Amino acid sequence: MADLNTNFLGIKSPNPFWLASAPPTDRETNVERAFKAGWGGVVWKTLGEDPHVVNVSGPRYGAIHGADRRLLGFNNIELISDRPLEINLREIKAMKRKWPDRAMVVSLMVPCEEKNWQAILPQVEATECDGIELNFGCPHGMSERGMGSAVGQVPEYIEMVARWCKSHSRLPVIVKLTPNITDIRHPARAAKQGGADAVSLINTISSIMGVDLDRMAPIPTIDGKGSHGGYCGPAVKPIALNMVAEIARDPATHGLPISAIGGVTTWRDAAEFIALGAGSVQVCTAAMTYGFKIIEELCSGLSQWMDAHDYSRLDDFRGKAIGNVVDWKYLNLNYVVKASIDQELCISCGRCHQACEDTSHQAITKLVNGVRKFTVKEEECVGCNLCAEVCPIENCITMIPQTHGTDPRTGLAYGRDYSNWTSHPHNPSSR
Amino acid sequence: MQPPRVPDSIRSNRLSAETYAENFSDLHPLLSEHQAFVEADRCYYCADAPCQTACPTSIDIPAFIREISTENPLGAAKTIFDSNILGGTCARVCPVETLCEQACVREFAEGKPVKIGQLQRYATDAAMAAHYQPFQRAAATGKKIAIVGAGPAGLACAHGLAQQGHDIDLFEARDKLGGLTEYGIAAYKVTNDFAQREVEFILSIGGISVKTNQVLGEDIFIDRLLNDYAAVFVAVGLGGVNQLGIQGSDGAVRGIEDAVNFIAKLRQSKNLSTLPIGKNIVVIGGGMTAVDIAVQSKRLGAETVTILYRRSQDEMKASGYEQQLAQTNGVVLRCNTAPVSLQSHQGWVTAIDCVETAEKNGKLVETDHRFSLECDMVFPAIGQVFVPAAVEASGARKLEQIVDSSGRIKVDSDYRTALPKLWAGGDCVSRGVDLTVAAVEAGKIAARSIHSSLSQGK
Ligand SMILES: Cc1cc2nc3c(=O)[nH]c(=O)nc-3n(C[C@H](O)[C@H](O)[C@H](O)COP(=O)(O)OP(=O)(O)OC[C@H]3O[C@@H](n4cnc5c(N)ncnc54)[C@H](O)[C@@H]3O)c2cc1C
Ligand SMILES: Cc1cc2nc3c(=O)[nH]c(=O)nc-3n(C[C@H](O)[C@H](O)[C@H](O)COP(=O)(O)O)c2cc1C
Ligand code: SF4
Repeated sequence: MADLNTNFLGIKSPNPFWLASAPPTDRETNVERAFKAGWGGVVWKTLGEDPHVVNVSGPRYGAIHGADRRLLGFNNIELISDRPLEINLREIKAMKRKWPDRAMVVSLMVPCEEKNWQAILPQVEATECDGIELNFGCPHGMSERGMGSAVGQVPEYIEMVARWCKSHSRLPVIVKLTPNITDIRHPARAAKQGGADAVSLINTISSIMGVDLDRMAPIPTIDGKGSHGGYCGPAVKPIALNMVAEIARDPATHGLPISAIGGVTTWRDAAEFIALGAGSVQVCTAAMTYGFKIIEELCSGLSQWMDAHDYSRLDDFRGKAIGNVVDWKYLNLNYVVKASIDQELCISCGRCHQACEDTSHQAITKLVNGVRKFTVKEEECVGCNLCAEVCPIENCITMIPQTHGTDPRTGLAYGRDYSNWTSHPHNPSSR
Repeated sequence: MQPPRVPDSIRSNRLSAETYAENFSDLHPLLSEHQAFVEADRCYYCADAPCQTACPTSIDIPAFIREISTENPLGAAKTIFDSNILGGTCARVCPVETLCEQACVREFAEGKPVKIGQLQRYATDAAMAAHYQPFQRAAATGKKIAIVGAGPAGLACAHGLAQQGHDIDLFEARDKLGGLTEYGIAAYKVTNDFAQREVEFILSIGGISVKTNQVLGEDIFIDRLLNDYAAVFVAVGLGGVNQLGIQGSDGAVRGIEDAVNFIAKLRQSKNLSTLPIGKNIVVIGGGMTAVDIAVQSKRLGAETVTILYRRSQDEMKASGYEQQLAQTNGVVLRCNTAPVSLQSHQGWVTAIDCVETAEKNGKLVETDHRFSLECDMVFPAIGQVFVPAAVEASGARKLEQIVDSSGRIKVDSDYRTALPKLWAGGDCVSRGVDLTVAAVEAGKIAARSIHSSLSQGK
């Protein structure tokens, strides 16, 4: 069995799966249940200063459902912890004592003044927790008060607060980044500049889940009004993967430890983040949708996959995909694929034809000799993958790399040497 | 007296080779990967899932289905085997329509449960194909345990104890292991020599030494086993059958064969075209065995097959699904009908005389309506019974101590008998229902109980 033990900034956990700072880690009862279920660690629900915040008593959550009401995207307008600081600190200490082998990270959000941070840090340290996470991410509510993403959107603030925390605490400092920004590399660089030990990302994305057409108000609706909230869940994973990759391959932050967050629902999602360099993986929505028990599938799936690929430790594949994330201009323009439809698997729904016919390159037949049949016209196919993505059957349409012969579409030979845009004759700057 | 001549209507070779092959191929073929994904996606991953509660071995069904949908079929198989090492057989033979699938919330919501049985087969088949062995033996304990009977109960117990590091001697009366999975279950439920492949998988954990052709009460004896071994688990199943007890069924008329016997012949037949079957078959009984023999007779090429059941259709032990299976195979169900006597010609059965029954004041009574059905073979399928002779002849002095009024071995919730060091489980005990999955659970729990009792040095 593969070894899932994780050491992130010296914070050890029996597996890389931590619960993200959110309702699952809001209180002792939840955390105890989570640890019992097998979670490797938690980032406690964000603590603020007393008097504690208050939440709305109307709906806090909204969701996007796929077919069969599968939850695909999730949104919330919840604030940080709405319980007294002292209670949280006491519970954190009790939980860490009781579960010493699990990671216990405490998320913090206080006003952007050195004295405020200076005041809370010793109290947090006294819980014997393993590290702190600075919540510069929440895009709703707290940001109106100059905290959360209001800090995370200004790299100078990030650097400043990270520096305060490093100088007033001996604990490892993780800066949690907001995705509500144009270029994620800037806040990451600022965190590193400020001395942070790691970054975690993503926090939630500003969003409105829908409009209630009867009340003419955003969803979720509180007494006829709504506010933008934070979007998360399976739908945000691609955004998170990209941001993690950007930081991992940026020379200025390459090697900076990353705790990856965003849409992790299955072991595969986690493996993908780890392949992009993540040192640990945080989960919120999947736990809120399916309960803590999914940790079993996450661990079993990850270790089965590692066994099957002869990876005995997470480090054996960590970061292995980073080098393959490149700028567009370095993609091989001489690499040619053509769609191929497995006629045995094809159920003749015709979605591939319709998609290609209407919106792509008219490269898929509908009739062959007068009979309903979907085949690829190689002389038209540009290898775009649209047909494969709209096909309802796994592996029915595959993109086959062409290595021998001539492309009937372009008349150029297959299998020519690697060549990219930088040297392409159409590139104005390559002349 | 001359033995009666077998009538010409009882013939082999009734069908073409392809038809035999088709008739006895998988009842539910293995799901394709696509089918499995679509089906797995339907599972809601329920809390304290009702399907799991309904499973006698408590397989973590939502967990294994989730593992299938996350492309981890081997992990799914491990989850299944953790609770039920015969998960492969159970996936094929369990009456899921009365167990997990009946409880599935999708059944409640849309009348269409998640196909749990078929998903279970998908996962366990993947594991067998990959020769995946998810378990390792614990360090050897040096303790030796005897298990008598290598059906589902015996095999499950053997595996559970071998896993804990004990050494097992597994005694079996027949020359093949598997019990009724090998000799009794309908052929189209366990195709391709599945029982033997599963036995191989179970034994591959190591530490189980197999001793075939060893009959308890003839070659081996309880007393001696109890002396020689740290513990003994008896799982000999049901060796006898209920007698029909109508005029002519005492052997005077030929053409009457117990269903379980005939199925065993069918299961062991290398070439079904050589197995003779009559033209008009009558099956007596209302349970799973009755349906099995009826459907298999039909699929062997019998022209008419009629099941006679003395009570109403609602009271049949065969599930609604099985009744339907019989009917879609062209079997005629005649409920509220009891056999009375047999007619014969030159000693061979030619017809069965029946009477219709009715319920009166909660009692089953015969009506005036009588009729006869032409037939050349009659298969009673009216229940199996435990034969205490095995335990008796071995000199287990206190037979009355271990066998209760139902005529089966009495055990507690840990499958302990009244005798020290002696456990028993499966069909031969009075606890639980006669299903493969229940036998597996018995073997599993007994193994735990034996292990914990040996670990405490008791
Ligand atoms: C025709 C038929 C169809 C069935 N179909 C289904 C089905 O579809 N689904 C389902 O869930 N259940 C079905 N069952 C029930 C199921 O097969 C049994 O409940 C299950 O096999 C019981 O397991 P067991 O280990 O207790 O006994 P068995 O499977 O009977 O195994 C007992 C073993 O002990 C051996 N043995 C017997 N006597 C001795 C002795 N004196 N010494 C040594 N060894 C001995 C036997 O040879 C056998 O190998 C069916 C039963 C029958 C008869
Ligand atoms: C209801 C809810 C409350 C949250 N509260 C916090 C919070 O207090 N602090 C924080 O850093 N992130 C908070 N988050 C964001 C999550 O920690 C996480 O970054 C985000 O949900 C993305 O992960 P996911 O896709 O696995 O849900 C919250 C998310 C949700 C859904
Ligand atoms: S009851 Fe049905 S939907 Fe619920 S966990 Fe079981 S199989 Fe899945």
